[in-house]
Amino acid sequence: MLSALHGRRRLQLVLGLVTGIIFGFLLQKGGVTRFSVIIGQLRLVDFTVVKVMLSAVVVGSLGIHALHSLKLTNLHPKPDAVRAAVVGGLLFGIGFAVMGYCPGTLVGAVGNGYLDALAGGTGVILGAGLFASVYSKLTRRKFIVPRQKAKTIPELLGINRWIAVLAASILIVLLLWWLDHQGF
Amino acid sequence: MGFLSNVSWSPYVVGAGIGVLSWLTFLLSDKAIGCSTAFARTSGMLRKLFGGGRAVKENAYYSKVAPVIDWEWMLVLGILLGSALSALLSGDFHLRVVPPLWAAEFGPSPLLRIAAAFAGGIFTGFGARWAGGCTSGHGISGTMQLTLSSWIAAICFFIGGIAAAWLLYGAPGQGGV
Repeated sequence: MLSALHGRRRLQLVLGLVTGIIFGFLLQKGGVTRFSVIIGQLRLVDFTVVKVMLSAVVVGSLGIHALHSLKLTNLHPKPDAVRAAVVGGLLFGIGFAVMGYCPGTLVGAVGNGYLDALAGGTGVILGAGLFASVYSKLTRRKFIVPRQKAKTIPELLGINRWIAVLAASILIVLLLWWLDHQGF
Repeated sequence: MGFLSNVSWSPYVVGAGIGVLSWLTFLLSDKAIGCSTAFARTSGMLRKLFGGGRAVKENAYYSKVAPVIDWEWMLVLGILLGSALSALLSGDFHLRVVPPLWAAEFGPSPLLRIAAAFAGGIFTGFGARWAGGCTSGHGISGTMQLTLSSWIAAICFFIGGIAAAWLLYGAPGQGGV
């Protein structure tokens, strides 16, 4: 692993910026900085968002698992907080439809000149700040259980990681092919 | 290099590009792409700026998600620049407040649109932090690592989103956009 590179703080900030510029460029070219594309996805009439996400998942998954097998990177699965993922996920979804952007694409939308996304971004900062304020209450009442160990689908099923990666990739490609076949 | 000034690219090409970008972030930065943590950090920075330094210091969440500029914060800043660059190169940069689709459904009032975007943003920010990630952190980076909670979160983003869009715009799959 390139641990020496990972430890260079200033250089990493520059790498973060460069990564973001490329990411933002791609999001804009993909059309997902547009309100109509996000709402079209949630209304199930335009599948651009799903196509972008799932192709990123297939290509990304094959590469990062290869890097991991070659001992060139660690994986960083998020903690196994399934209940929090459901509650937070549904709340997120409601906001996603009302705002018409998500936290990443809203920043891209501002770059695209869509100024309503600035109000959305202010809301996201406020929402995240509100969450910080109630966080200890939520953990005390066990709505959120911090520091759970991350679990991946191959671990859950007790199968080899590569079998899961290949199976997921094939299923996603079939789903994308089917969507295309349906005229989306 | 004419392709850089095309208005749009195939979603599969864009997705594959984000996938390759993920290889690089894991390799070069030991990080997965994500966006919503940067908003939580910003909330802490603003609270410190407006006299809430002590509250931030004593807050359990900000001791986990410190109000500092990190790799991911720079990434979010980069999105702004990258998107603007792409839009300007292709002549797809348009200053506007009310998206046409919104205006067709709810009228041209900028105030109503700003209020809705702000309210939606609050839910999105709160929900993303509760779930532990957003459409990029869970939806792309988490799912590509086959993380259980990320797949569940990503599916719930769409269940919540499709249900809310149904209430706002009518039954799914009907009418053009």
